[in-house]
Amino acid sequence: MGRTIGEVVLDLNNVSLSFGGVKALSDISFDVREHEVRAIIGPNGAGKSSMLNVINGVYRPQEGEIVLRGEHFSRMSPYKAAQSGIARTFQHIALFKGMSVLDNIMTGRTLKMKSNLVQQAFRLGPAWREELEHRAKVEEIIDFLEIQHIRKTPVGRLPYGLQKRVDLGRALAMEPQILLLDEPMAGMNVEEKQDMSRFILDVNDQLGTTIVLIEHDMGVVMDISDRVVVLDYGKKIGDGTPDEVRSNEEVISAYLGASH
Amino acid sequence: MSFFLETLIGGLMAGMLYSLVALGFVLIFKASGVFNFAQGAMVLFAALAMARFAEWLPAWTGIGNPVLANVMAFIISVAIMFAVAWLVERLVLRHLVNQEGATLLMATLGIAYFLEGVGQTVFGSDIYKIDVGMPKDPVMMLESVFEGGILINKEDFIAALIAAALVGALALFFQKTPTGRALRAVADDHQAAQSIGIPLNRIWVIVWCVAGITALVAGIIWGSKLGVQFSLATVALRALPVVILGGLTSVPGAIIGGLIIGVGEKLSEVYLGPMVGGGIEIWFAYVLALVFLLFRPQGLFGEKIIDRV
Ligand SMILES: Nc1ncnc2c1ncn2[C@@H]1O[C@H](COP(=O)(O)OP(=O)(O)O)[C@@H](O)[C@H]1O
Ligand SMILES: [Mg+2]
Repeated sequence: MGRTIGEVVLDLNNVSLSFGGVKALSDISFDVREHEVRAIIGPNGAGKSSMLNVINGVYRPQEGEIVLRGEHFSRMSPYKAAQSGIARTFQHIALFKGMSVLDNIMTGRTLKMKSNLVQQAFRLGPAWREELEHRAKVEEIIDFLEIQHIRKTPVGRLPYGLQKRVDLGRALAMEPQILLLDEPMAGMNVEEKQDMSRFILDVNDQLGTTIVLIEHDMGVVMDISDRVVVLDYGKKIGDGTPDEVRSNEEVISAYLGASH
Repeated sequence: MSFFLETLIGGLMAGMLYSLVALGFVLIFKASGVFNFAQGAMVLFAALAMARFAEWLPAWTGIGNPVLANVMAFIISVAIMFAVAWLVERLVLRHLVNQEGATLLMATLGIAYFLEGVGQTVFGSDIYKIDVGMPKDPVMMLESVFEGGILINKEDFIAALIAAALVGALALFFQKTPTGRALRAVADDHQAAQSIGIPLNRIWVIVWCVAGITALVAGIIWGSKLGVQFSLATVALRALPVVILGGLTSVPGAIIGGLIIGVGEKLSEVYLGPMVGGGIEIWFAYVLALVFLLFRPQGLFGEKIIDRV
């Protein structure tokens, strides 16, 4: 692999989040290092998605803070997160249903667009040139994800596995430093899972993108991640390399005791 | 036959204006989920600004040329409507993010009263004229096709052309530009749009600006025909049943809904009017909308209303 794991880029300190009486996260701390693949695992309802939602500011934790490259945030906002180079995919696909694959991925370029409304409205030189540049970048991503054949298809009509790929494509179009993936392989068959694992590893390896991954398939997780955080009922019960986590008593009992 | 066609075409032309106002309304609803009750007040406010500045500017600056005075009044009115859009986002919407639909609706009721109040305080509450040189005489058309041709009101014809051009330009803008793409993204999924860095606040300002322009153009056209007065707000509110008919989230729905209501009003006035007494125009749109609410609450083109869990 051509990557070397670097400094801590993302650090979560004592994060707690509750919804009414439900404690989704209690006092969670962990860090993410540059260029690594960091997995978050745990049974259903453990708080994994909530964790990602806190990182990119969809949820605001009642306690704790997020440190992003040394900058402290007690509350993140999705817009700020996007600006800071954090992209994400969603557990329940949140694509723009009415739009084509190409347009969906193009929206990922929004923050990189510099042309103003007037230039866009009258298709003036700068706006037009810029659109073509972004288009070229998006075509690269489409080639990489092997979805050329569905470029113009409205995403609502695609099968689930392909929608997940488009969701990844839109996130990649942001050229993020940190990519948060919420169950990117859920509901896929073995072959689709292999393709998706390969895409994730390629992104990590070739672009050096730091990846935070939620995944249920233990085989995949142990295969592709550098370090793993284990959550159960909103608490952290394990943190370490796949081997360390695998032999952790508490983790074993959580997994044996819960259906997932 | 030619009388029926005259009525039909008259209805289509009148309906085009409803379509225009409804379009502003639908854009706001799509981008922010706000049912904008202030759309009628915006039409009144914009028309008042246009009428009064066209009158004040020559007096203040000595501009003698009426075309120049109208153009300048138009530019000022556009600026005023943009300022309204900006203030609405700053002072109202921004603080009500993620609130219930009913709360937002009440907020727009507040905006409506505010605009009507401020409009009449600043610009006055008489009946004002807008004279942008709309021709008032009727013309004969299609004489070669029908015996005797069809009598068309030139003013309505030009108004419908302007409205159609504006609707077309806006539709193109939202289909073909990056900002339009961002707006469609926000309409589809707020959260995903925010997560890729689309600034919701900016999109809101843009759709309120667009709604402001549609209000201004409709206000000028209706104002030059009916005079600028308080009832303009009520005329414009007929765009509400239009969107119920077309579907709150559908741009084509707004356009076709507007045409249906325009045609329905005219036809029912001519053919049913003698039976049930006059004034059908006033309530026809609402009754049609009510029927739709009962049988097809999502409108002609709207998405099925399903609560997301
Ligand atoms: N928006 C929300 N409102 C209320 N409760 C929520 C919300 N999001 C998550 N929860 C609750 O928080 C807990 C953790 O959920 P989640 O983070 O989705 O778990 P996971 O992704 O590990 O399956 C669950 O009990 C869930 O019901
Ligand atoms: Mg989850």
